[in-house]
Amino acid sequence: MSAALDRPARAGAGVGGGALLDVRDLRVRFHQGGTSVLAVNGVSFTAWPGRTLAIVGESGSGKTVTCRAVMGLLPPSAEVAGAASFDGTELLGLADRQLRRHRGADLAMVFQDPARSLNPTMRVGTQVTEAIRSHLPLGRREARERAVELMAMVRIPLPGRRFSDYPHQFSGGMRQRLMIAIALACHPRLLIADEATTSLDVTTQAQIMELLLDLQAELGMGLILISHDLGLAASYTDDVAVMYAGGIVEQAPTRRLFGHVRMPYTKALLDAVPRLERQAHSPLPVVGGQPASAKADKAGCSFAPRCPSARDRCHTDAPPLAEQAPGHRWACWFPCEDGGHA
Amino acid sequence: MSDSRNGSPGPATGMGHHPTGDGPLLEARDIVQEFVVRDYGGVKSGVVHAVSGVSFEIWPGETLGIVGETGSGKSTLARSLLQAPRPKSGSVVFAGTDLVTLRGRRLLRARRQLQMVFQDPFSSLDPKWRVAELVAEPLAAYQVGDRAARRHRVSEVLELVGLPPAEYAHRRPRELSGGQCQRVAIARALALSPALIVCDEAVSSLDVLVQAQVLNLFERLRAELGLSYLFIAHDLALVKQVSDRVAVMYLGKLCEVGPADSIYSGPLHPYTLALLDSIPSPDPEVPRSAVGGTIRGEPPSPVNPPSGCRFRTRCPRADERCATEEPRLRVLGDGHAVACHFPLEAGPPPANGQAPVRVPLPAATPTEGRPGEAASTG
Repeated sequence: MSAALDRPARAGAGVGGGALLDVRDLRVRFHQGGTSVLAVNGVSFTAWPGRTLAIVGESGSGKTVTCRAVMGLLPPSAEVAGAASFDGTELLGLADRQLRRHRGADLAMVFQDPARSLNPTMRVGTQVTEAIRSHLPLGRREARERAVELMAMVRIPLPGRRFSDYPHQFSGGMRQRLMIAIALACHPRLLIADEATTSLDVTTQAQIMELLLDLQAELGMGLILISHDLGLAASYTDDVAVMYAGGIVEQAPTRRLFGHVRMPYTKALLDAVPRLERQAHSPLPVVGGQPASAKADKAGCSFAPRCPSARDRCHTDAPPLAEQAPGHRWACWFPCEDGGHA
Repeated sequence: MSDSRNGSPGPATGMGHHPTGDGPLLEARDIVQEFVVRDYGGVKSGVVHAVSGVSFEIWPGETLGIVGETGSGKSTLARSLLQAPRPKSGSVVFAGTDLVTLRGRRLLRARRQLQMVFQDPFSSLDPKWRVAELVAEPLAAYQVGDRAARRHRVSEVLELVGLPPAEYAHRRPRELSGGQCQRVAIARALALSPALIVCDEAVSSLDVLVQAQVLNLFERLRAELGLSYLFIAHDLALVKQVSDRVAVMYLGKLCEVGPADSIYSGPLHPYTLALLDSIPSPDPEVPRSAVGGTIRGEPPSPVNPPSGCRFRTRCPRADERCATEEPRLRVLGDGHAVACHFPLEAGPPPANGQAPVRVPLPAATPTEGRPGEAASTG
C-alpha cells in the first residue's frame, strides 16, 4: 500500500528541511457595500514538514479566514495583503489557474462539516476518483484502484464494497475519513484541517486525530489544525498560535505554551475550559465583555477592554508580538507570571 | 423515611437537598421510545430503538448529567420526559403525577414546572420577536397574571439571567450574540418558575469564554432558586462541572449511573472508561492514551442493535455471555450502578492520571471556587 503512495520526487521537496509554508504579515479585509471589515490583521506563522501547528481562538478571531486566504478560497470581496510562500513560491496574487496546480498537490484542506462537503447525489468512490483525476494523469481503472487504496488508507472498512455507496450511507466519522481521503488524493505536502473533528463525538474525534497523525508520520506532511478546542491543541500538536481579534497574541511550541502561559487572553481561555480535575459546581473564572473585532487604526491592545490586568498603557499602545523567551512570542505589556497556567 | 428504595441514592453531595424527606422530583421508569422507519409507499422497514427501558430519578435540587455519543438517545430521552412525543411505554412521575397518563390541559398544567433549553439559541428563538415578547410568551400561554404582571415578571427574569431589561428587552435575536441568545432561552424557561430544567446540549455551540459564563449562570440559578437540572451533553468534562450524579448512555440504554465523583474516579463500565480516555486534556504533559486499544469502530445502528449487551461489538472485554445475556443495571456500592457482566475494578487510578481530590461540599450554599486549583495537578 505504502509503496504505491510514495510521493514522486519533487525539486526542493526537502522533508525535514526548510519551511513548508511561510506566512508573513497577512491582512485580509472584506469590502461589503460601502463598509469594510478587517478580518485578519498582520498574521505571521510558519508550517514545517512533519510538524503540526494548531491555530486556536474563538469564533470570529480570524483562524479560518487566515487559512482560506492562503488557499485562495476567499470570495472576490476580500482584499488580501502580505505574503504566503509555499516552498519558495508566492501563493498570494497567483491567478486561479496557477493556484489550482498547488491546491490538492501541495496544500489540501479538510473542512468542518463532512455532510455538507460531500455531494449527496454522487457515489463516494466517484468523488474520490474525481479528486484524483483532476490532478493526476491516470486512467479510469488506475484512478479507481488508487481511490480504493486511499479509502483503505483512511481505514474505511471494506473499501472495495463501499466504493459505490452514497454519503448518507456513511456515519459522520466515516464521512470525515472520506474527506481526508479526498484531501490526500494527490499526496499534499501540507494539510489544513479546519475544525475537522468539531462536529464529531469524542471517541470518533480521537480516532480521526490518531489517523491524521499516523498519516502525517507516514507521508511526512505538514499539518495545520484550526480549532477552538485547547485540549485538542495541547494533546495533538507541536506548535500553537493563539488568535484574538484577527491577530496572533501568543505563539510557542505546545509544551512551552501550555506550561508557561504569558498572555492573559490565553490564560482566560485555558481557565474557562471545564476540566475533569475541577471540583463540580465550582465557578469557572471568566472574563466579561464580547470578543473584539480587528481594527487596524485602533490604539492599544485588542484584548485590553476585557483584560483583568490591563493598565493605562494597554489602552494607548498596541503591544507587538515579539519573541520574549526562546521560541515563545507574546503580545502583551504586562504578561502573566511565568509559573505555568496555575 | 429513608432514601433506600431500589438502592437509589439520594443527592450525592447533599447540595441543595430539600430537607423534606420527600421522594424524587422526577422518576422515570422503563422509558421506551421507538420510531418506525418506512420505505417507499409507507412499507414498514424497521424500528429505531432510540430509548430502550431507561430508568432514573432526579432529586430536588440535584443535577443529573447524561452523557453519550451522537445517536445514543440522550435527546430522545429528554423529549420523552416532556411527552414530546409521548414515550411508547414507561412512566414519568413528575412531582407526584405520572405525565404519561395525562392528556390535554391537565398535561399542560403538570408540565408547567418542567422546562427545556435547547442547543441552538438562534433557531430556537423566533427572529422577528423582541426579547421581551419571547420571554413573555410562556407566561401568556399559561395566562399568568395580567399584562402588567407579566411585564414585571419579564423584567425580573431578564435581570436574573444578566440581561438588563432596559438595554435588551427591545432587541431582536439577530442583535444579540450567541451567549446572549442562550440567556434569553434560559429566561424563557425560567419565566414560569420551573422546578426542573432540561438542558439539551445547552452550551455546546458556545465559545469557551461564553460557555463558561453561561455555565456559571446555571450554577448561580441553581443556588438561588433551588433548581434541579437534567443536563445533557456529549462533553464529559462539561458534565462533570455541573453534575451531582452522572448517567452514561449507549445506544438507548444506560450503562452506568452514579455519583459524579465515583464515575469519574473509578468508572466501572468499559464504555465510560473509553469516553474518559478520549478527552484530550488541555495539559500537554498528560499522556494521550491510545484510544484505538480501548474502543474500536463506530456505534452500531439502533435499527438493529446487537443482542445481549449493546456495547459488546466494540468492547475489549466482551465474552460469549455478553452476546446472549443482557446485563442488568446493578448497584456496586454507594449508589454507583453499572450494566456490565465484567465491570472494571472499582477504584483504579482514573484514565487521565489525576487523582480526584474530594473536598466535602458545604450544603445548600454555592461553593467558593478556587480558580487556580484546576491546573495544580499538571
